[in-house]
Amino acid sequence: MSTLAATGARSETANPYGRLVPSRAFLMRRAIIARVVSFVLFLAAALSVLVTAGIVFILLQDSVLFFQQVSIIDFLTDTEWTPVFDNPRFGIMTLVSGTLMTSLIALAVAMPAGTVLAIYLSEFARTRVREIVKPLLELLAGVPTVAFGYFALFFLTPLFKTFIPELAGFNLLVPGIVMGVMVLPYIVSVAEDSMRAVPDTLREGAYALGFTRLQTALRVVIPGAFSGVTAAYILGMSRAVGETMVVAIAAGQQARLAYNPLEGAATITAYIVQISLGDVPHNSLAYLTIFAAGLTLFIITLIFNLVAFALRKKYREIY
Amino acid sequence: MGAAIETINEQAIVKKGKRQDVRFAVIGLIVLTAAMITLMALVLDIMVDGVPRISVDFLLSYPSRRPDQAGILSAWVGSALVMLVTAALAVPVGVAAGIYLEEYAPKNWVTDIIEINVTNLAGVPSIIYGLLALGLFVQTFRLGQTILVAGMTLALLILPVIMVATREALRGIPIETREAAYGLGADKWQAVSMYLVPIARPGILTGVIVGMSRAIGETAPIITIGALTFIAFLPPGPVQPEFPFVNLHWLYSPFTVLPIQMFNWISRPQAGFHVAAAATGVILLAMTLLMNGLAIYVRYRIRTAMQ
Repeated sequence: MSTLAATGARSETANPYGRLVPSRAFLMRRAIIARVVSFVLFLAAALSVLVTAGIVFILLQDSVLFFQQVSIIDFLTDTEWTPVFDNPRFGIMTLVSGTLMTSLIALAVAMPAGTVLAIYLSEFARTRVREIVKPLLELLAGVPTVAFGYFALFFLTPLFKTFIPELAGFNLLVPGIVMGVMVLPYIVSVAEDSMRAVPDTLREGAYALGFTRLQTALRVVIPGAFSGVTAAYILGMSRAVGETMVVAIAAGQQARLAYNPLEGAATITAYIVQISLGDVPHNSLAYLTIFAAGLTLFIITLIFNLVAFALRKKYREIY
Repeated sequence: MGAAIETINEQAIVKKGKRQDVRFAVIGLIVLTAAMITLMALVLDIMVDGVPRISVDFLLSYPSRRPDQAGILSAWVGSALVMLVTAALAVPVGVAAGIYLEEYAPKNWVTDIIEINVTNLAGVPSIIYGLLALGLFVQTFRLGQTILVAGMTLALLILPVIMVATREALRGIPIETREAAYGLGADKWQAVSMYLVPIARPGILTGVIVGMSRAIGETAPIITIGALTFIAFLPPGPVQPEFPFVNLHWLYSPFTVLPIQMFNWISRPQAGFHVAAAATGVILLAMTLLMNGLAIYVRYRIRTAMQ
């Protein structure tokens, strides 16, 4: 503002309106600044596209080198994953099975719990309760994943062993459950968001017909928020699939087809951590595997995220 | 007779419905309590294991082969320096991008692509950012496994958080504020920089704090770029007595950070290292919970100020 006043004063003699009209020099400077600023701001926003392009480029570049040496059919159908052995085999499904097993356990915990909590917060809880509960859930979401890993390995696994004696020291069950608790806040937040977007007129109509709160929630709100609630589950699944530290710490590093949750198995993320920690020479085949595994992970989460994005967009358009 | 029986039935139905409502509310509270008990158990478990191990020596010692002498000096200094780089990069870029998308972006396909892209980036697993950093910063640009690379990686990771927070803070400002600014003769950038951003500052701050707390606990991408875990030295100091007084060599120094140190100690077989890991966990938890608590408080203050 002071610039404006100063330039106005300087050109007072040439300008019959005095200080009220800014000088031409000031306007020109302002126009140039506006141009430069909007371009710089655009660059900052466009950087995010470059990041995605960078991710895709890097993953593809090294995966192409990988698939020049390993056939993509073996990659998708082999049932063994032993890249650093003398007779290496590259069946990604081994790692995918571990990833899916832990994620499905996580979802089995987080889906019912998240739905109940979201309904409770959106339809039952008073405003004051909601204002206390939501920050608490945020605190839960803020805990570093490595701390969840410690908790899974040194507290929950010994505790579960007292009930299930055949549980292995590294297993898929405990990390799965812990990941369920970790993704719970995300599921609640997205699901509640979509339930609150259902207009009150629908609720009032249900009440006028004699519905109870629970009936309104189950028969009016959830069907109305269906796409958003589904998006919440898918986002939760996507988070669980990409989660790294809990499985790297508590699920073990042995790559094998996972069918028994009481035993350990490596996931895609745990494998990437394992290779990154070791002394694998760069540009060796074993080094390239982490990019092929990363590409697989990226594609899986990308599909989940895009589906969830489309579903959330749908409910935003309806109401 | 028939009418009387029907009335009784209706009352029974109403009663049943109300009972179900109460039952569901109780189930909701039980689920909530279970989640909170898990959080409490996690915090208490790590505290019981770790708090007795925390001492001045622990904070001022380097990692060691002997569990009882190991400390986290290099880890917390590393964390602090990496956070410095992350904040310096992510805050200006994230806020600028948020401002562009909320205030400047025209409605066209370029904007649509950016929007979808940001939503997708927020859902990309953090370890993928680690692979990006490994392939791009470490392998292609030859920047090495340094503080600079770690800071840049985490900055990319938390960009979406800061962008979204900036957008939401700007969106919450009533149109009258913009009109008042234009009415006084401001152009767009003047309105944004002199009116909107100062009003949105607490909301942006919340996003920055949440993003930084996420970055400080993030482990996977830093492992992927190949950060060393046994660091028994500090990076060169950022200030020096001779001209030009500021020294940027620390950016190119190898490093370790708190979550990496914790992970490293968890994966050792000796129980003594597990105690040291818990102690590191206490400090990490205290920092992240404090930062998140601060963010919640700032948001609470904004809401009460608005009412």
